[in-house]
This record gives sequence, C-alpha cells and structure tokens, in this order.
Amino acid sequence: MLNSTQGLASTVTLIEPSSGWLGLNLGEVWARRELLYFLTWREVKVRYKQTLLGASWALLQPLFTMVIFSLFFGRLAKMPSDGVPYPVFAFTALVPWIFFSNGLTQSSNSLINNSQLITKIYFPRLLVPTAAVLGGLIDFVLAFGLLLLMILWYGVGIHPNIIWTPLFVLLAFVSSLGAGLWLSALNVEYRDVRHTVPFLVQMWMFATPIAYPSSLLHEPWHTLYALNPMVGVVEGFRWAILGSKTRPDSLLLVSSAISITWLVTGALFFRRTEKRFADLI
Amino acid sequence: MSDIVIRARQLSKRYDLGRKGSQDEGFPSSLRKRFSREAPEEFWALKDISFEVPGGQVIGIIGNNGAGKSTLLKVLSRITEPTGGSVEIRGRVGSLLEVGTGFHPELTGRENIYLNGVIIGMQQADIRKKFADIVEFAGVENFLDTPVKRYSSGMYMRLAFSVAAHLDPDILIIDEVLAVGDASFQKKCLGKLHDVATQSKRTVLFVSHNLQAVQSLCDQVIHLDHGRIVAFGDTRTVVGRYLETTSTAVAGSHYWDHDAPGNDEIRLKSIEVKSSDNSNGIYSSSQDLTVEMGFEVSVDVPGLRVGFDLVTPEGVLIFRTYQTDTVQKGFSRLGIGPNRWRCTLPAGLLNAGVYTVLPKVAIDDTHWIIDGSAGAAFEVVLDHGISPYWNSLDASSRPGLIAPILDWKTVSVPARDCVIQGWEA
Repeated sequence: MLNSTQGLASTVTLIEPSSGWLGLNLGEVWARRELLYFLTWREVKVRYKQTLLGASWALLQPLFTMVIFSLFFGRLAKMPSDGVPYPVFAFTALVPWIFFSNGLTQSSNSLINNSQLITKIYFPRLLVPTAAVLGGLIDFVLAFGLLLLMILWYGVGIHPNIIWTPLFVLLAFVSSLGAGLWLSALNVEYRDVRHTVPFLVQMWMFATPIAYPSSLLHEPWHTLYALNPMVGVVEGFRWAILGSKTRPDSLLLVSSAISITWLVTGALFFRRTEKRFADLI
Repeated sequence: MSDIVIRARQLSKRYDLGRKGSQDEGFPSSLRKRFSREAPEEFWALKDISFEVPGGQVIGIIGNNGAGKSTLLKVLSRITEPTGGSVEIRGRVGSLLEVGTGFHPELTGRENIYLNGVIIGMQQADIRKKFADIVEFAGVENFLDTPVKRYSSGMYMRLAFSVAAHLDPDILIIDEVLAVGDASFQKKCLGKLHDVATQSKRTVLFVSHNLQAVQSLCDQVIHLDHGRIVAFGDTRTVVGRYLETTSTAVAGSHYWDHDAPGNDEIRLKSIEVKSSDNSNGIYSSSQDLTVEMGFEVSVDVPGLRVGFDLVTPEGVLIFRTYQTDTVQKGFSRLGIGPNRWRCTLPAGLLNAGVYTVLPKVAIDDTHWIIDGSAGAAFEVVLDHGISPYWNSLDASSRPGLIAPILDWKTVSVPARDCVIQGWEA
C-alpha cells in the first residue's frame, strides 16, 4: 500500500492498491510510538471513569473469583494445589489470567470501539489492539501487588525465581495480542466475534490450570495441553513466585512457540485485511 | 525536482455494496451473499481521476452530494485504499476529516488537547510548545480541567478546531470542517484557514459546500460529479460553471414564459441581477450591481409603479424601491410594449450573504398588481476593497444586514487625546 522514503526536505508517499500479504511496517509503528503511548494512556484513564470504586475494580475482579474458586474447588471439591494454600494457588494463576483475558476482550473489540478514529484519520492500525492490551498492565501491577501481600499473609514466602516473572508477563502479553489481532481484524467484518469472545474466554479459563493443577494431566497430554499458551504462563507464574515445583520447561517451550506463531500470523492477517477496515467498519 | 506535490493518476475507488452492509444483516442472508455466485453490486465512488496539484496552492473540491469528494479525501489521507490508479504525495500530510477526532468526553480539555494532537499527527513536544496558543484561540482557559462532556457544544467545537488549526503539515486536507459551529465561529475558522493558506507555502485541499469560502480561499477548484472530474481550473470559472449546472436557487435571475405575474395591463417577463464582472449569482461587493426588470405593457395606466423589495433569506425586508422614487411630481407613465427598468445598487453597500429581489408593481399606493411573486436570489461576497476590514474572511467582519460605506469627517480634534467625547465635544 505504501512506500515512504524519508528525504532531507520531504517525504514522498505513494498510494496505490495493494494485494496479498504485506510487510508489518514496524518502522511506521515505531515512528508513531507517542500515539501508542497516548492510546494506552487513554485506555487506562477512561477505564474506571465515573465508577464508584475506581481502580479497586482491578483488585475486586480477581479477588472475588479467587474466593469463589476457594469455596467450590478448594473447600468442596478438595482440589489438590501443589502443596500451597488453595487461595494463594488460585490467585497466582488468576493475576496473569485476568491480564490475558481482559486484554483479549478489549483488543478484539478495540477496532469497533475506535471506528470513529479508523474512518477519520490514518495511522498504523496495529496500534489500536496493542494499546488495548497494554492498557491492562496497570491493573496487572495492582493485582500483582495484592498477590505479594497475600503470599506474605499466608506465610508461603516469595521465591527468588520471581525475577523471571517479567518473561511470563511478556508471554501473556504476546498470547493476548496474538489472539487479539486475529479477533479484532475478524470482528470488523463479522460482528459475530463480539458475541463469541465472552463465551470463548469462559471456555478458555477452564482449559487453563487456574482452579486445578496441570499435574492432573499425564503425558503426552500434559505437554499437548501447553498448546494453550496460557498453560505455560500460569505454570510459569507458579514456578517463579511460589517455587512450588520444578521449572515446566517443555510446557514453556510449546507455549512460547504457539504464542509467537499467533502473534506473527495475527499481525500478518491484520495487515492483509487492514485496507478494508475503513470501508467495512 | 518538480513543483508538483500531489500527482494522481487514474485514481479509482469501488465499493461493493452487497458486502458493505453485511454486519447489519441477519446471519443467513450474509452467509447466502458470501457463498452466492452473484457479483456484488458495485459502486464507483471515484473513476479514473487524474490531476496534479502544484505546491503552495489552495485547491477547492466542489460537487453535489455523492460526487466522490469525501472518498477522494479519504484516499489521499490513506484512510482507505484505492481500487486502481495511484497517488504520489510529496511532503507530510495532515488530514482533518472532522474536528476533534479521538476526543474523549470523560477526559479534560487539557488531556484532550494532547490526545487529539498526537492522534492527528503532532509530536508531544510540539503540542507543549503551542499549548498556550491553542487554549487562547479556543478561549477555554477557565475550563481546561473540566471533562469535555461538560462543555457547551460551541466550546467543544472551538477547542477541537483550535487543536487542528495548529497542526503544521506541508499538505493540509480538510473536509467540510467549517460546516460546524455558529456563524461567528465559522468566520473565525475561515480566517484562520485564510492565514494558513496565504502566510505559508502550504498546500491545502479543501472540500466545502460553502461556495463563498471556496471562492475567497481557493486558487483552483476541482469539480467532481459521479466520481469523475468535470472541471479543474480557475476558481471563478469552475464555480461559475458549477452554479450554472446545478443550482437555480442563487442564480441571480428569474425569467417567465407563460405564467408571467401581472394582469392584462402589465406583465413581468424577467428580473435579473447583474454586475460588470459576473453573472452567475455571486457578486463582489466591490462592483456596482444592477437590478433589471423587463415588462410587457399592454395598456397605458397612469400612476404605475414598478420596483422591488430587497429581502434576506429569513424574509427580513431591507428596503423597497420604485422607479418613481426620483421623480418629484406628476404621474409616471410606461409606454406600451416592452419596457426595461434598471436600478443600480452601488458598490460598497451590501454585506456578505444571500439576498433576494422580489418584484413589486402597484398603481400608486392603492392597488397591487404584482406582489408576492417569485424573485431572483443572489449572493454577495464582502470585499469593498477599501481596507482589509471589509472582507468576509475577517473574524471581526461587519455585522448587520447591509455594510454601507458612509462618509466620515473630523469635525474637531482635541489637542492631544483623540478620544470621542460625545456630542458636545
């Protein structure tokens, strides 16, 4: 669609029809990083406007889920929890899960919600779903703080492996954005996506070892299970923060490979369909 | 390097109407469409458009609704991709297809200035530098920390336009931005645009239905119709031809063939507004205007008065005039046969706006022969030519139904301070 050459005095832009797969044009994304920052900032700023409880929603959501899980799975079903108190076990998984699932939901609706921008001004469209996922980082940091307090409260002790957490956050981000890119691009033409996502997220949660440990599954299912990249993220979190078991290497390998594949194919699909966004939205 | 900053070659844009609305339809029908063999209904919003824009010019784009004006701007601003052809653009493009793109109602004025500025392509450092100017132009100093949802619509528009006005690209693309806000704000926006266009070497592409704005701002005009370029060239010529083909409302004349108003004694055949330089219904206030009325008189009726009312589009009567006004005494007589009467409206009298002349024929003050018939509408562009204050584009342009140039003389000047003291001074 576009070739830009940066000259000393002027920029020459060529606009013509494109066909097939396009480059990601990351240079342009980088050039508009200030816009990414502001879109993310707007996302954060607006999320809890005119709510009574404000940012505490970022804590209430995982907290209530944890309480319910602890009652039904921990107390009633006596679910094993890798030898740590069940509430800590569940909450450690819920913190990255909620970052992932909110990011996925927000990003898949992001283009539609920003249709006013898409139809009125040009900028790299990739910024929109990216900002939607990044906007969840503040919530994540708040919830993560609560997690640390809870671990201390239960006297579990924080494992030194915690320094690896950022890598798992990155993995959750890549998975969320990868899926978000696919869904947001599809959502432009097929609003069915909008109705599918809540359902999808619910299914996905039970396909991720949040309420139960992944050790319930045996090989080869255990490794295949990691085709859901959130399995790697959640087990990685438990390893890094609770130090409850050995490092889930094979899970992490499979999960990383899958999430990177999603991100790359998602971005390519997004770029390919991007030219029709303004016409279809 | 060539001087051309925009070069469009055979630019085309097709919309598939069948697919476009798929999200609004029920699932089964859209599925059917997806898998059916029928070709979707096509609509060419642009068809083989080629043109070149030299740097530093202000180009107006006019045309009826659906002519493809907005699509052209969308293609040029890269919002949508062309179906065929290409455009080569030299320089940074800033496009304002609406004001306040990305404004969020929950955010404050200050926050929205930054957000909107970055969205339309400014750098954050740039916005910080221009922040005071933006706020001052918008006149919202006291409401910077109020969410814009609490703004009046006027304040909202002012703030939004102000941010946009401080964007500083090489090529500016503007779509009907000025169709918003009240009249005085529109004038302010037009004035700003005028500054932008004249004081810098910037290229501006400007879509508008406001022909007066187009005439006073643009060097050249593109007339689009059904996705094709009908004319591209000198503003006056293109706008004139456009008016001839489309509007009869502000054509400056009215002719009657069979249902001519009047009675068996006198019938009105035509009423025309003319000036030395133009005949398409838009006149500069720097030229004398003449109102010519053609009659067919069959009976010599003493005391026949012919004349007209000058009224605003709202129907406010500005004045009434008769051919007998300059006659001291006696009855006026009209000869039998065709009669033409001409009245001159002097230059430097009318303000900017649309006026209508309504023909009036009476026998003295006793009996109306023609009253309430159709008239001729025309538009005046304020340009008395004496000083820049007499210009439609000036934000402080003259209020009032008319803008006459009157005679002023100094009667006495106090020794040092030249203050107007009052009548006794």
